[in-house]
Amino acid sequence: MLDNQPNDGFVVFDRVQKSYDGETLVVKDLNLSIGKGEFLTMLGPSGSGKTTCLMMLAGFETATHGDILLDGNPINNISPHKRGIGMVFQNYALFPHMTIAENLSFPLEVRNMGKAEREEKVKRALDMVQMGEFGGRRPAQLSGGQQQRVALSRALVFEPDLVLMDEPLGALDKQLREHMQFEIKAIADNLGITVVYVTHDQTEALTMSDRVAVFEDGRIQQLAPPDQLYEEPQNSFVAQFIGENNTLEGTIQEIKDGIALVKLDDGSLIDAKPINVDKAGDRTQISIRPERVEINPDLGASAHTLKAEVLEFIYMGDVFRTRLRVAGNDNFIVKTRNRADQQRLEPGTQVDIGWLPQDCRALDA
Amino acid sequence: MTDRSAAETTGPDQFIGATPDNALRNAERADAGPVLAADGTPLKKSLNRALRLSKLRALMLIAPLLIFVVVTFIAPIADMLFRSVENNIVADTLPRTIAALDDWDETTGNPPDNATFEALYKDMYRAVEAKAHTRLGSRLNYELTGMSSLFRKSGRKVEDMGEVFQDQFEDLDGFWKDGENWNALMGTDSWLAAMEGWDTSDKKGQPPFEMRDGLAAMLPQTATAFQDYAQFIQRVDEKNLARQDPWALVYSALYNDLTSGADVSGYTGPAVAELQAAAAAVDGFETVDYRAAFVDIDEDWADPEVWKTVRLYGPNLTNGYFLNAVDMQKTPQGVEMRPENQQIYITLFWRTLVMSLAITGMCILLGYPVAWLLANLPARSANLLMILVLLPFWTSLLVRTSAWKVMLQQQGVVNDTLVWYHSTAVGKILDPVVTLLMNVVIGALNAVVWIWNLLSGIWGAVDVELFTYAALGFERLALINNVTGTIIAMTHILLPFMILPLYSVMATIPPVYLRAAKSMGATNWTAFWRVYFPQSVPGIGAGSILVFILAIGYYITPEIVGGTKGVFISNRIAYHISSSLNWGLAAALGSILLAAVLLLYWAYDRIVGIDNVKLGG
Ligand SMILES: Nc1ncnc2c1ncn2[C@@H]1O[C@H](COP(=O)(O)OP(=O)(O)OP(=O)(O)O)[C@@H](O)[C@H]1O
Ligand SMILES: [Mg+2]
Repeated sequence: MLDNQPNDGFVVFDRVQKSYDGETLVVKDLNLSIGKGEFLTMLGPSGSGKTTCLMMLAGFETATHGDILLDGNPINNISPHKRGIGMVFQNYALFPHMTIAENLSFPLEVRNMGKAEREEKVKRALDMVQMGEFGGRRPAQLSGGQQQRVALSRALVFEPDLVLMDEPLGALDKQLREHMQFEIKAIADNLGITVVYVTHDQTEALTMSDRVAVFEDGRIQQLAPPDQLYEEPQNSFVAQFIGENNTLEGTIQEIKDGIALVKLDDGSLIDAKPINVDKAGDRTQISIRPERVEINPDLGASAHTLKAEVLEFIYMGDVFRTRLRVAGNDNFIVKTRNRADQQRLEPGTQVDIGWLPQDCRALDA
Repeated sequence: MTDRSAAETTGPDQFIGATPDNALRNAERADAGPVLAADGTPLKKSLNRALRLSKLRALMLIAPLLIFVVVTFIAPIADMLFRSVENNIVADTLPRTIAALDDWDETTGNPPDNATFEALYKDMYRAVEAKAHTRLGSRLNYELTGMSSLFRKSGRKVEDMGEVFQDQFEDLDGFWKDGENWNALMGTDSWLAAMEGWDTSDKKGQPPFEMRDGLAAMLPQTATAFQDYAQFIQRVDEKNLARQDPWALVYSALYNDLTSGADVSGYTGPAVAELQAAAAAVDGFETVDYRAAFVDIDEDWADPEVWKTVRLYGPNLTNGYFLNAVDMQKTPQGVEMRPENQQIYITLFWRTLVMSLAITGMCILLGYPVAWLLANLPARSANLLMILVLLPFWTSLLVRTSAWKVMLQQQGVVNDTLVWYHSTAVGKILDPVVTLLMNVVIGALNAVVWIWNLLSGIWGAVDVELFTYAALGFERLALINNVTGTIIAMTHILLPFMILPLYSVMATIPPVYLRAAKSMGATNWTAFWRVYFPQSVPGIGAGSILVFILAIGYYITPEIVGGTKGVFISNRIAYHISSSLNWGLAAALGSILLAAVLLLYWAYDRIVGIDNVKLGG
C-alpha cells in the first residue's frame, strides 16, 4: 500500500508493472492513488503506456505484477459488469448497427433495467449533451463532435462511479475540442464522478484536470496539479514537456542559501533554484520559462546576467517573442508582454538577460 | 454547460460555409423550390449536364468489358432462355402436314385424311433429301417414344413411294427420263444459256435456276416441287443441275397438276408435244394411296396418337419443355401430370434446394468460427490458417472429391476408424449410449422432415438417410453415394466461399466494439451476440448467397459422390446437354433454376436487404 495517500484511494495502482512480450516493461512500477470525484489526467508522449494503464484499469489487460484496487478491492476480483466503469474510446466505438438511443440503452439492457426506466435515462443522458433529437439516428449519420457527445453520454448513462476516457477529443478540430473540454469538465463536476482521462495534449491536461500524471517510458515523472506542474517541474522531462521552456546546460558551482550558482558550458555564471541537484560538480540542465526572462534586467548588483544576441523578433499580438542566442543555444525564447513602452528588439542587437533565481530551476541533466 | 443557443452556433453540426453537410442540407432545401445555377438554369439540370459527360467518358472506358460481358454472359443466357421455348423444327420440316392437319378432327379416333398423308409425303421427301427427318424424329421422341424409329424407317422408304408416277411418265415417253429435258421445260432461256456458258470447274459459280414465265400458273405444284429440287441441288448439294434427274416428288407433282385439270392446250413453250401427250395420258395412270403406303411402312402412322403429337408440337413456340421440366405433359386433352413413375424433376428440384440450403447451413456453422479465428488471431497464426483455408483451391476439384470417396466409402478411412473404435473398450461402453442418443436425434429429424414433407404436400416415408447404428453399431455407415456423401463433400468444397467473405467482413469489425460492450457491463456472450454478430451478418449474407448459388448449380461432386439419391438437378441438365441431347429440356430446367435463384435473391433482398451483403470493407 502507498504510505501517504493524499486522498481516499478510490482507485489505487500499487507497484504495477506490465509487459506485453515478456521482454520489455511497458509500465514500470506505477504507483498512483486517485480520489473519489477527482479528475486525473494521464499525459505523456506516444507510447509511454497511458492506454495500457487505462486498459488494465478497465480490465482488458492484466497487470504483470502489482495490484490495481478499485474502492479497496483488487480489480481482478470484481466481475466486469459490477465494476461500474464507464469508458469513452478514442474513436468512440459507437455500435454502428444500433441507433443512438439503442446504443445508450444497451448498458441499461444488460443490467436488466425495465423499458420505461431505460427510456427515461436515455433521454436524460442525451439531453445532458444536447443530443436529445438525435436518438433515432445511426452513428454514421452524425458528425464527429456529435458522435463524441453520444459516446460520452453512453459512458455516463449507467451512472458509473468511474469514467475512463482515452483521448476522447483526439479526432476533433481545435475549436470543437476546446468546447468539448469545457463540457466534459462541467459534466464531470456536476455529476461528481471520478474521471481518468488520457491525452497527449498538454493544454487539454492543464485546463481540465485536478491533477496530472506525466508519463514517460512507463513511469510517472510527476504527479501534480496543473499549476504546480507548470511552475515547479520536478525534472527536465516535465519541464520540457509542459509548456514552453528554455534550457541551458552547465555544472553546479556551489549551492548556498537555497540558490545554486551554475557555470554554463561557455563559462558564464547564472543563478538557479536547485531542484534535483545536490552538490557542486553535478551536471545540470537549468530551465526557465520564456515569460520569466528579463531583458536588460535590473536585479541588483549581486545578480548574474548573461550576454545574448537577438536573432529574431516575432510580433504575436498580445506578446512579443524574441529568439536569442544565449551561451551557444540558438533557441532561447523570451516572451514579453505587448506594452506601450515595450522595446522591439532588432535582430543583431546585443542585450543582457537575467532572471530571479527562484524562477530558474536547476534540474537533472 | 452551454445553453442550447450556444450549441447552435458552435455545435459540430453548425458550421457556416461550403461543407459537405451544408451542401446536402442545401440539396434538401432544394425540394422546396428549384435552386438556380449562376446562369439561371435550374441547378439540377446543369448538374446533370455536367455529370453526363463524365458518365459518358466512364462508359467508354468500360465499354470493352461491357461488350465482353454481354457476349459471353448475357447472350448465352438469352440463348438458353430462348431454347427452352423454341420449337421451329416441326413447323420447318413438316409445314404442309401441319397446315393439312388443321382440318383433322382428332376426336373421331381416325387418322387424318389422304391429303394430309400426301402433304406428309411431300414434306418427308424434302426432309429426307435434306436429312432433317432424323432430327425431327429425335425431337418428337422426347414427347412420344417410338417417333424416332418411325421417322427413320419412313425416311428410308419414302423415296420409293412416288416412283410409281416417275415410272409411268418415263414409260410414256423417254423424254421425261432426262434431267436436261426437264431443265429445258422449266427454266428460262437466259438461264439455260447461262448454264451453257458456265465453267463447271467453278463450283460456286453455277447460275441459279430461274423459272419460266407462266409455268407457275399452269403447273403450280410442279413448279414449286421443281423449284425446291433445283434450289436444293444447286445450293445445298452444290451439284450441276444439268447432270441431275428430278426427284420423284416432281413427277407426282406433275401428275397432280395434270389430273387436277391444268390447261396445257394453250401452252406454246418447249416440249409442247410431250406435255400434251402426258396430259392426255395421266387419266389412265395408276395412282398411289399415300395413307396406305405410309401405313404399309409402319402401322404407327395409323395411330391417331402419333398425329396428335405432331399437331401438338406444330407451333413455333412450345411450353412443352417447361411442362416436362416440372413433371407435366401436354396431352391432346390438355396439360396433366406425368404418370407417377415418370416424375423425377420436381423431386430433383426440391432435393437440390433443400440440400443446397443444408450445405449453406453447414458452411455457416463450420465457417463462422474459422473466420472469427482468422480475423482475431495474431497475424502469423492467422496467415497460416489462411493458407490452410485456401489450400483446397490449389488442388483439383476432382482430386478433392475423389479423396472424399476414399475417406467415406464402406472400406474407407472413416469407417475403418469407426470399426476400430467400436472394438476398443471405450467404444464398447459408449456405443449403447451413443446409439440411444442417435436414435432420439434421428427420430426427431425424421419427424421434422416428415412434417415438412407433409406441409409441402408429400405424403409418405421419409427419404433422408441419417447415420444408422445397427443394433449396437458395428455396421459400417453408408457415408457415400447418398445424400450424406454429397453434403459432406460439397460442404468441404464450398467452405472457403463462406469463410472468405465472412473473414473480410469480420476483419473490418474493430475489437474495440467488444471492449466497449464489456465495459458497459455485457457478458462475453451478450457482447458477442448483441454487438459482434449483428455486424458480421453482412458477411453471412454474402457467404450464404455465394455458397447457395454455387451449390444449386453444382454437378461434378454430386455426380461422383452422390450416387442416385444424392444427385442434383444440374446432373440431369448435364445429362440432357451431353447424352440425350435434349437441349430444349436442359434449357427449360436451367431456366427454372435461374428463376428459382432470382426468386430467392429477391426474397433475400426483401427479408435481409441486399445492402446488408458485404464482401469486405
Ligand atoms: N497489444 C500490445 N502488444 C504489444 N505491445 C503493445 C500492445 N499495446 C501497446 N503495446 C506497446 O506498449 C507501449 C505502450 O503503449 P500504449 O498504447 O500504452 O501507449 P500510449 O501511451 O497510449 O500511446 P499513445 O499516446 O500513442 O496512445 C508501446 O510501446 C506499444 O508499442
Ligand atoms: Mg493510447
